[in-house]
Amino acid sequence: MDTYYTREHEWIRINGTSGFVGITGYAAEQLGDITFVELPKVGREVRQGEILCTIESVKAASDIYAPLSGTVMEVNAALDSAPEIVNRSPDEEGWLVRMEITEPEGLKSLLTRGEYDDYVRVLP
Amino acid sequence: METLKTTSLLHEHERLGARMAPFGGWIMPIQYDGILAEHRRCRESAALFDTCHMGRFLFAGDIAASGIERLFSFRLETIAVGRCRYGFLLNEQGGILDDLTVYRLAADRLMMVVNAGPEKKDFAAIQAGLGGNPLFEDLTGHAGKLDLQGPHSRDVLAELAGDEVKDIPFFGFRRMTILGAEAIVSRTGYTGELGYEIYLGDDRVVDLWRLLLKDGRIAPAGLGARDLLRLEMGYSLYGNDLDETTTPLEAGLDRFVDLTKDFRGKDALIRQQTEGMSRVRTAFRVSSRRSPRHGYQILCRGETVGTVTSGAFSPMLGCGIGLGYVSPDCSQTGTHLEIRHEEISLEATVVELPFYRDGTLRR
Repeated sequence: MDTYYTREHEWIRINGTSGFVGITGYAAEQLGDITFVELPKVGREVRQGEILCTIESVKAASDIYAPLSGTVMEVNAALDSAPEIVNRSPDEEGWLVRMEITEPEGLKSLLTRGEYDDYVRVLP
Repeated sequence: METLKTTSLLHEHERLGARMAPFGGWIMPIQYDGILAEHRRCRESAALFDTCHMGRFLFAGDIAASGIERLFSFRLETIAVGRCRYGFLLNEQGGILDDLTVYRLAADRLMMVVNAGPEKKDFAAIQAGLGGNPLFEDLTGHAGKLDLQGPHSRDVLAELAGDEVKDIPFFGFRRMTILGAEAIVSRTGYTGELGYEIYLGDDRVVDLWRLLLKDGRIAPAGLGARDLLRLEMGYSLYGNDLDETTTPLEAGLDRFVDLTKDFRGKDALIRQQTEGMSRVRTAFRVSSRRSPRHGYQILCRGETVGTVTSGAFSPMLGCGIGLGYVSPDCSQTGTHLEIRHEEISLEATVVELPFYRDGTLRR
């Protein structure tokens, strides 16, 4: 299983032709306490870079972008009643959706863990 | 662009790892541990806020002879010594220059506590209206202030300053000795909980801050939690819910306006009372956890009828709550509203204030 990152702070953990998507610890920390996650409908097709869902924190509403093109297979329904899971465990329990990847070549534009860490380190 | 001012507690905030941001011309702590944890701390135990940024003026002189009464929407003369009163400074059109609290320190002495941001404008407006030769001084930035709010605040302060704290009535204050120096302690606040505002010398603020935070019942809270706490009570935030184009009548704050006295803006208010209002402040509850936010449109029966001025997710109610101004025919309790912003559409219902009714404010 490989995990890749976007410059918008999403991650995708790929297993075969599908992957779990979430936001990074850095993003969760920046957003502050998360109060609501608007999840997409299962079956929705998204293009890489399109809005996948919206996360609201006490401070603001933020759009979350699809790290790759694909189809939403499953959403993390636990977040409906307990969105704070994303703050507690952004990399694991706080996953947002599982998607079937339709264009794996999109991976080229994603970052590895090392590249993402370097990218975050220089952010203001 | 004016440089941002800092309170004496800047290094304390930095040491605690606070996230800082500009507010009303000051760089202030927004959060320490997290807004929700700080909010809960205030509702359940006690929270400590740095409020040194708030404007503070001192008036000394003959109240009647100075003409100062004409500048306020409420009576100054009838505030008893040891009590405070909330109300407004208005312009000729009845618009709110600021909302403030006035403390009657003595028969001929008043302390005024105003918002950070409009304080220079407030000071100029009051000074321009004064006759005779009273003392009128702007102490902003030279006077310390901490707010201790929450159900445990009374016990904490009684242990620190003496049982006399327990005798302070709601909207009353006492002069007390704290850390060997004179302080004013008022039973006021902006959270809906039992709480106190402590005024003391700027040189004592750091010591008091540190001392209070050693108490396990108390944790620091930033402006993020403060905003959430005040909104759950339906308290207005100047600059968001109140401004120079809004009258106290539109804001539903008639009870802080005394139409039996003369004051600037009164004629405009009476005219508005006679002619009716085109918009009134309305409180609404959202049917989901989504937050309405400042600037979102309010629709009623498919038509845009107003704008959201404050909104948030309420941890106590478990849903979105907000304030906004709408046409009066859409402001009745129970009216269904739609809150809209780009693709976001929220169902909401007009409710009565406060949103949160279980606070310890009057305990």
